[in-house]
Amino acid sequence: MTELPPSDAVPHLDEVRDRGDRGARGRDGDRLRRTTAYLGKRLLGAAVSLVAVIFTSFFLFRIIPGDPVRVMTHGRPVTIEQKEALAREFGLDRPLLEQFVSYLLGVLRFDFGESFQYNRPVLSMVGERLGPTMLLVGASLAISIALGLWLGVQGAWKHGGTADRVNTGVALTLWSVPSFWLGLILIVVFASGLGWFPTSGMKTPGVTGFDAVLDVAHHMVLPLVTLVAVVYAQYLLVMRSSLLDEMGSDYLTTARAKGLRDTEVKRRHAVPNALLPATTLVFINVGFVLFGAVLVETVFSWPGLGKLFYEGLSVPDLPLVQGLFVIFSAAVILMNLVSDLIYPLIDPRVRP
Amino acid sequence: MFHTNHRGRGLRTMLAGLLITLLACATTLFAGTGAHAETKDEKTLTIAVSQEVDSLSPFLAVRRLTTALGRLSYDFLTNYDPKTGKTIPALAESWTTSPDGLTWTYKIRDTKWTDGTPITAEDARWTFDTMMKDEAAATANGNFVENFESVSAPDPRTLEVKLKAPQATMLALDVPILPKHKWEKAGDFAKFNNDKEFPIVGSGPWVISAYEVNQSITLTPNKDFWRGAPKFDKLVFRYIDDSDAQVEALKAGEVDFVSGLTPAQAKALDSAKDITVNKAKGKRFQAITLNPGARLQDGTTFGDGNKALQDPVVREALVRTIDREAIYKTAYGGFGEANGGYIPSRYKDYHWQPEGDAVIGFDTAKAGQMLDAAGYAKGSDGIRAKGGLKLSFRFNVHADNPQYIQAAEMMREWAKEAGIELKVEPVSEVGALLDAGTYDILTTGWSVNPDPDYILGINRCSGLPAKAGGPYLSDAYYCNPEYDKLYAAQLAELDPPKRAEIVKQMQEKLYEDNIFVVWGYADQLEAFRSDVIASMTPQPDPGGNYDSQDGYWSWWSAKPVGDEDKAAADSGGTSSGLVLGGGAVVLAALAAGFVLLRRRGGSAADDRE
Repeated sequence: MTELPPSDAVPHLDEVRDRGDRGARGRDGDRLRRTTAYLGKRLLGAAVSLVAVIFTSFFLFRIIPGDPVRVMTHGRPVTIEQKEALAREFGLDRPLLEQFVSYLLGVLRFDFGESFQYNRPVLSMVGERLGPTMLLVGASLAISIALGLWLGVQGAWKHGGTADRVNTGVALTLWSVPSFWLGLILIVVFASGLGWFPTSGMKTPGVTGFDAVLDVAHHMVLPLVTLVAVVYAQYLLVMRSSLLDEMGSDYLTTARAKGLRDTEVKRRHAVPNALLPATTLVFINVGFVLFGAVLVETVFSWPGLGKLFYEGLSVPDLPLVQGLFVIFSAAVILMNLVSDLIYPLIDPRVRP
Repeated sequence: MFHTNHRGRGLRTMLAGLLITLLACATTLFAGTGAHAETKDEKTLTIAVSQEVDSLSPFLAVRRLTTALGRLSYDFLTNYDPKTGKTIPALAESWTTSPDGLTWTYKIRDTKWTDGTPITAEDARWTFDTMMKDEAAATANGNFVENFESVSAPDPRTLEVKLKAPQATMLALDVPILPKHKWEKAGDFAKFNNDKEFPIVGSGPWVISAYEVNQSITLTPNKDFWRGAPKFDKLVFRYIDDSDAQVEALKAGEVDFVSGLTPAQAKALDSAKDITVNKAKGKRFQAITLNPGARLQDGTTFGDGNKALQDPVVREALVRTIDREAIYKTAYGGFGEANGGYIPSRYKDYHWQPEGDAVIGFDTAKAGQMLDAAGYAKGSDGIRAKGGLKLSFRFNVHADNPQYIQAAEMMREWAKEAGIELKVEPVSEVGALLDAGTYDILTTGWSVNPDPDYILGINRCSGLPAKAGGPYLSDAYYCNPEYDKLYAAQLAELDPPKRAEIVKQMQEKLYEDNIFVVWGYADQLEAFRSDVIASMTPQPDPGGNYDSQDGYWSWWSAKPVGDEDKAAADSGGTSSGLVLGGGAVVLAALAAGFVLLRRRGGSAADDRE
């Protein structure tokens, strides 16, 4: 999931020279024009990606082998007439082009149709699961980022030390552990073994009021620990390596020479400069939040979007997977766009 | 050089605090409000399920879970006796047939819907009539009314069905009868999921009283159920997707019943405290089908199946390389019955199995001799061939079924001894290969209902596709006019013993043709908490299963363990004390983690400076 910053993040010579000319009146209009161009380029890029996703989504899931009618009626005593009626209801008996056009018109109205399996609008199903996924994956993202970045800074600043070696080792070990396996181990030890936490689900049926809040928190501990454990390493490593790159820089020596305390040098000079790659990573992963964590959601029976996508694929429940694919992709595109737009704000070198 | 940075620490603490607050706020938002918290002495039976609700409308529901919910909450006209397997009265108290077998008259029981409205024959008439006239209402159970000419309710206690042709399955109409007064206002049946108004008005032993999407379905007893009220106070179906997680939840006492265990899970649970493992005779057969040449009803062939399989000698030789006993002993861990009969042995009346000389048993040497005699000679690679037809077959196996894969690997070894090559290829979508006819051997399996009509019907010639790409019922491109004649005869035979005799002849035909090759019946493995459930009725009784029964026997009859034992191992509800404790643990863990990590970083810094 690590990705390099956009290629044009590397400052061009004339841009650097520009900064020397800052304040010159003639350049102001030029700047505005270039800012607009930068914005326009990014927006256009996002729009093109989105259109591509919308088109791909329709055809991608039709390439997957599988006949929804057959899968859904498998093992049931159905007649040929029932099968034909289902195909008609799903619109699968119409020519592909006609299906595509009605899909496109639907997407434009933000209507992804009705799920084959559940006879319900895709959007309302997504709405139901959005909360649990954002809660779980969002919380795990926040904790992993905080934990990973902080450990990364500590590690790089005292690199080679015991703490660094142990932290990096532990993080890498956990990173390479399959999440569903770790989840099961946690269930075996802390849920069915010690009985500290529930084995699965998001809440106990019938619990209300403030108890329900604690109940959800109680259910969330193990999936959260699993998710954090397997992903925080990437933040740690990115932060650690980019801070290490900065460590030898002259400006740090200058800062120290000014008599700044070590922690000040770290916090005010080194870390801000080293934060940039981590920022990109964070935004990319925020985009992926919606996709949830299919395996962890499944192991812990967390009623989220990742699981819904998996269920849709096994049929294939075309409206459901198409809708989810578009929504997931749109989130990633949007967050990439936001990251592109924010980048110049935190790094003067890429300002247009 | 080590200085405490107050600002930095403050920031971090703030961040931690913020996180925890956010967490708490978010949980409040999504917690929602459910039913009333459970009281201590309420006896709940919690069942782990991995399927989701497709629809709570019996017109639409096709999944195992939701059809079972339909069974529990709506009475059918008839039911099956768990001991004998024979049809017994349910909503219909009694029935008569006209001499020509075309008119069936049912006397409807004088009982009430759960909202107090009397149940009448008009409800049953409306249910069947709607399925006949409305395509959407026929989605799930339209097959049952296919042969109906008309339905009428001459008086509130009499339901009359006129058929187009006699059919023997009129006492196996597994259709939930719906309350007309509620349903006629439903509107478009294709869109009506019956999940807005709770409790759902029904007539079965249990009432669906709450449903939380993807989390749980709660049922309460129908105190006035004519056969007697269920003994538990609550029946909860709880979603746990992962099979291993289900087992852990059973051990933790969060659920009281799990089904669909693997042989390994069943063995591990066998020694667990307070847990009883049930090995039930399976209602499902496992089989392979050999491609006899995929074709349409008009005879047009398609696909690329190896033509050698169109030779009955090759098929028989191949079947002789299968050691069914070994498959159930090894791949199924001893939990299953090797048997070549199409209808599982638990259905005593209809089951048939080969005896004496009729057995096409495991004998690789004989397979070799048969092939030798038929002119299939071994090539330099040890694989037999005749006239360019090489006995090398693709064997496509369901990739998600480890038992199938293991059995296929075993079959590959045996076939090799007879000079036949099986190329085992696990695939995620076996059906697509069947559609296109692009296979040689496929794994398959069907769950068989108490009435065998449908499962026999799929092998008729009319089960072949009528047009390319069109829907079809066949699972093997089997077509044998003699079999079709027997099928028609059994459907028209209203005398059960005579009908069973014809059904057995049909199975004999299938067995001899070696196209649909049954291995046997894996046990249905289930486990339950013996400290919660004192007893319940299996189907068949004894030796049968509790989950997905053809009837409501298990959950209706389940008796809770007495109060004094129950207190120690209360299942289901988490008390608020425990919840509070859990919440505190979360906060403590988060805080402790933070402090610990902070300290670790700090001490490392100390060492270095």
